[in-house]
Amino acid sequence: MGKTVFIKDTTIGGKDRTRDVYGILLGVLRERGLENNVQLVRVVDIGVYGQGVVVRVLPENFLYTHVEDADIVGIVEQSLIGGKPFAAKLVAEGARQLRIVLRNCGVIDPESIEEYIAKDGYQALAKVLSDTPEKTLQEMKTSGLRGRGGAGFPTGMKWEFTRKSPGAQKYIICNGDEGDPGAYMDRSVLEGDPHSVIEGMIIGGYAIGASKGYFYIRAEYPLAIERIEKALHQCREAGLLGKNIFGSSFSFDVEIRLGAGAFVCGEETALIASIEGKRGYPSPRPPFPSVKGLWGKPTCINNVETLANIPVILLKGGAWFAGIGTASSKGTKVFAVTGKVKNSGLVEVPMGTAIEDIVYGIGGGALAGKSVKAIQTGGPSGGVIPKEHFSTKVDYESLQQMGSIMGSGGMIVMDEDDCMPDIAKFYLGFCVDESCGKCAPCRIGGTQMLRLLTKVTEGEGTPKDLEQLEQISHAMQKASLCGLGQTAPNPVLSTLHYYRAEYDAHVKNKKCPACKCAKLVRFLIMSEKCVKCGMCFKACPVNAISGNRESGYLIDQTKCIRCGQCFEACKPRAISRS
Amino acid sequence: MNKKMVEEEIREIADSWKGKEGNLIMVLHEIQNRYGYVPREVSLVLSEILDVPLARIYEVITFYHFFRLTPPGKIKISVCMGTACYLKGGAELLGELEHLLCVKPGETTKDGQFHLEVVRCLGCCGLAPVLKIKEKIYGSVKKKDIGDIIAQYSEETEAKEAV
Repeated sequence: MGKTVFIKDTTIGGKDRTRDVYGILLGVLRERGLENNVQLVRVVDIGVYGQGVVVRVLPENFLYTHVEDADIVGIVEQSLIGGKPFAAKLVAEGARQLRIVLRNCGVIDPESIEEYIAKDGYQALAKVLSDTPEKTLQEMKTSGLRGRGGAGFPTGMKWEFTRKSPGAQKYIICNGDEGDPGAYMDRSVLEGDPHSVIEGMIIGGYAIGASKGYFYIRAEYPLAIERIEKALHQCREAGLLGKNIFGSSFSFDVEIRLGAGAFVCGEETALIASIEGKRGYPSPRPPFPSVKGLWGKPTCINNVETLANIPVILLKGGAWFAGIGTASSKGTKVFAVTGKVKNSGLVEVPMGTAIEDIVYGIGGGALAGKSVKAIQTGGPSGGVIPKEHFSTKVDYESLQQMGSIMGSGGMIVMDEDDCMPDIAKFYLGFCVDESCGKCAPCRIGGTQMLRLLTKVTEGEGTPKDLEQLEQISHAMQKASLCGLGQTAPNPVLSTLHYYRAEYDAHVKNKKCPACKCAKLVRFLIMSEKCVKCGMCFKACPVNAISGNRESGYLIDQTKCIRCGQCFEACKPRAISRS
Repeated sequence: MNKKMVEEEIREIADSWKGKEGNLIMVLHEIQNRYGYVPREVSLVLSEILDVPLARIYEVITFYHFFRLTPPGKIKISVCMGTACYLKGGAELLGELEHLLCVKPGETTKDGQFHLEVVRCLGCCGLAPVLKIKEKIYGSVKKKDIGDIIAQYSEETEAKEAV
């Protein structure tokens, strides 16, 4: 079998050298008469970022980073001719990772149904259709797969409820409205392996007895929409969608509906309202969508990542899947590790992996010269986990015990420069913005909490404000109509729980320990270190710095707007920030 | 706008979605794709064609962030304020853009060249902080780079390139 080589220059900023490396590699191959045995591909995304020129050799899957022109001969001789790794630039990739959901992302051409089929695609569907839907439900229950959208409801049970609900017309919906700021695994799967999601959906449709499916995708993801459209078209041509799929009595088709930028539409009932062409207002549950959903018919809603798991589970068996992970959480989870971390990107690990293994092992720890302070999981609905608790193993229950949630899989790493009340304010601001305004606890509670947090971060807060924050949080959790309002206080409660001292510093001492809250920061020129260069004087946009090169300089605190430009401009670091 | 022409165009869009339940949002998406926003005249015509009250159309337009009621600037600059971008200095980028363009988020510059907006997540958190100009994504942007980036899109540069 011939070899394939993927090439991509991942340098951020600067000239893209992908084409040059391609040319050199092609030249080396020609010299050896190998140009027809090796397929060279300039890929758009190779799954590694900021690592110079990256080369991946398939089928062995050797990954080389920071490849220089001089290394190319070595790669050709060792890997392409010898079939062995070229040790000098080899990266031991994914030692701790296990790729089930992302199995095809970056490996196959997402626009080719043939490549998906060559990777056992649509075999699970053929297998499922040759047996009864009950058998599929049983297999799903054995697997123990839980919804990857955040709440973690067992998928097999959800399907069974929908199947058992009376009614001739049923629907299955794929929730691709990935609204959590800081998570992008759904987008990567939709763009990188659209057929796996479609196959999962067709299987789901068969299991619950639905004849129609909907993709609900964010309008902000145009490439994902385009790829799904294309994949659906290929399926129809191949007879994988439409009447009597694989010669069975099962008929199924899929339509795409676009989101329009509303976070609340990730909530099941609001999503249904949006597909119906209305405002995305949630409605009280029960009745659950499995009983009364889209246009009043039984409806099952599954997340993108959940659906991408399904073909593999049914091909390899529920018992195989149940063998991965912990007692209560099976399989793997994709996390978007981002923020103040060396290697940011998507990682897929078995459930039960310790947070430290993800943050330090795979993520590479904090950026140069900094130390990690905490992570935040679950986005605006989740909470923070301080580094003291990084031995926690990720699964639905453990994260909940820590006061956070699994959520859709955002994992934001924060370092010592990040201020916890400020983070809480950021997330709450998001929820206030996105609150649909239907129920009072969320509409009024959120706004009031944001007002209190603004007071705290501006140094106007009192100890009583902190008490009030807690009170409103509990009220919102209990009384809000949907998941958005019920979970919006989580970031506030968890930061208050773990970082009470930081809140106290803001409220009692009017200080921001992380020097993030502009109103609480003071810049001072330390005369003993000052070299009187005048750079701060030039940098100040409001002329708050006075003096000259003989007498030195002074900051007028009443004029200072705390922009920090003098702090950055000062080469000898003679300006203190406190 | 010529009412007859608008009517024809809208009818064409609406017809392709005819008979499909819950089509209003999809029709609005196509309208916005064509005009860049949803003009009031169009909503009026759409209300007649779909037989939906105008209030219902506005109810939907104003609920979703994606739909706009005013024409956008020629070049749209979206600053990402997702969590990763926020932590890595998205707010500073926004401040610098506000300062350079003299507009607040959601506004268009006086010459109609730039429209500045804040978005919640562009889905490339690995490159934070990120901004998007037209359809191009700029990753790991530093405050000092912004002036140069914007200059590439200024009217003068565009005019030069056209020559």
